Amino acid sequence: MAQARTYVRPMQGWWRRNPYFVRYMIREASSVFLAIYTLILLVGLLRLTQGEAAYEGWRAVLGSPPSILFHWLALLTVGYHAYTWWKVAPKTAPDIRIGGRPLPEIAITGGGWAATVVASVLVYVIVRWM
Amino acid sequence: MKRSNEPLFWSLFGAGGVLSALIAPVLILITGIIAPIGVWMPQQALSYARVLAFATHWFGKLLLLAVIALFLFHAVHRIYHGMHDIGVHGGTAAMTACYGAALLGTVAAAYLLLAIGF
Amino acid sequence: MADTRTIEIEVLRYNPERDTEPRFQSFQVPFSHDTSVLQGLQYIKDHLDGSLTFRWSCRMAICGSCGKMVNGVPQLSCHVFLRDYYPGKVRVEPLNHFPVLRDLAIDQSDFFESKLPAIKPYIVPKQDKPLAAGTHRQTPQQFQQYYPYSQCINCLLCYAACPQYGLKPEFTGPAALALLHRYNADSRDRGWDERAELLNAEEGVWGCTLVGYCSEVCPKHVDPARAINQNKVNSTMDYFGVRKLLMPKGDD
Repeated sequence: MAQARTYVRPMQGWWRRNPYFVRYMIREASSVFLAIYTLILLVGLLRLTQGEAAYEGWRAVLGSPPSILFHWLALLTVGYHAYTWWKVAPKTAPDIRIGGRPLPEIAITGGGWAATVVASVLVYVIVRWM
Repeated sequence: MKRSNEPLFWSLFGAGGVLSALIAPVLILITGIIAPIGVWMPQQALSYARVLAFATHWFGKLLLLAVIALFLFHAVHRIYHGMHDIGVHGGTAAMTACYGAALLGTVAAAYLLLAIGF
Repeated sequence: MADTRTIEIEVLRYNPERDTEPRFQSFQVPFSHDTSVLQGLQYIKDHLDGSLTFRWSCRMAICGSCGKMVNGVPQLSCHVFLRDYYPGKVRVEPLNHFPVLRDLAIDQSDFFESKLPAIKPYIVPKQDKPLAAGTHRQTPQQFQQYYPYSQCINCLLCYAACPQYGLKPEFTGPAALALLHRYNADSRDRGWDERAELLNAEEGVWGCTLVGYCSEVCPKHVDPARAINQNKVNSTMDYFGVRKLLMPKGDD
């Protein structure tokens, strides 16, 4: 039988064609904000080694409106990363069973969120009072 | 078929993912929003003296190194694979640039933390 | 007739002998409260345009033949109903990420001739058991380890859902990797080592970025995303040489 000429559809713009994929790309894009934030911390560490004046200069930039705006966006996207991280965590979890029944996904996701809340409170307390 | 070296990068990505899911939002909130503005967190919480004291302590060094290293390795792994998703195929060059940058950042952080002294 | 309304069904048309690229064609199709998208396509073929080409068989979401993109979402066309799209139009296209053979039929050969055989979809026993030795025995717990993954009907909706397969067809893909796990997880099977080369490769589990849409669209709730990502852990343990250490009781 002769081989028919099949048509291969292009992939360009694939993620814009489905809201599920849009959310996936936002999740992936959160990494850009996380990377930039980490570099800001690294610069802060550098300024710390350069003395009080240099460090205060770094702090002053953090107080500027563009910086505040960036950090709001970073908070939103990295917060979305945290949300999706715990949402998919059950996919990687080992097969734990309680009395023969598999652990419900909400237990792992809920556990993750609980851990985030506890860790966040801990960090806040440490920074504020120690 | 060639065995993939992804497990190495995926492990770092995973560790960074867990750490960032736990404390990245609150860190961004504190260092980037509420401490600079001074609401719910006095501006002096991030003063030179306090932060230097934290970075001098071995625990502070460990935490800062973990945060910088793992956040970077997590981010570059996603950025590298994300580029493939949007049709940018960088190959070995892109891989070296991404993970190399994370390694550079890690080494720089370690050097700076040691430079602060104990 | 009180219940009959009409809906617009827009279908992708492609005739390899005539067309250089596909085009869309619209039909007005009468439907009632229980008319599936598949029945809508059958109406078109029976009454409006006999040349419309599409796959189907059981009409009850078990054979896996009738997969189509319905308004951009991979669906079994017998499993979704025109009433749920009315009054909007229903756009039916061939499953994404496969070459279009003709109209709504795709070239499935990559999965059936390449990906599926490659994962060795059969029990690889420790020793060949003669019939006289009797049947394998399995506890309900051992059965549960692989049962959900055995429910795959090879409908390929997950491949249509997977952008990584679309971007790089060398990727083994959700269903084949879920079936790979189904066999590895079966207590009767000792085939881990035989399947390891594929599993550990970029074309294996490492081609997945956990988009997760595959598990969303699976009509049998196989959860291929879980099968793949559990095996990322297994592959990592294998990479660092600690898999046998952490799983001394043998393959599972």
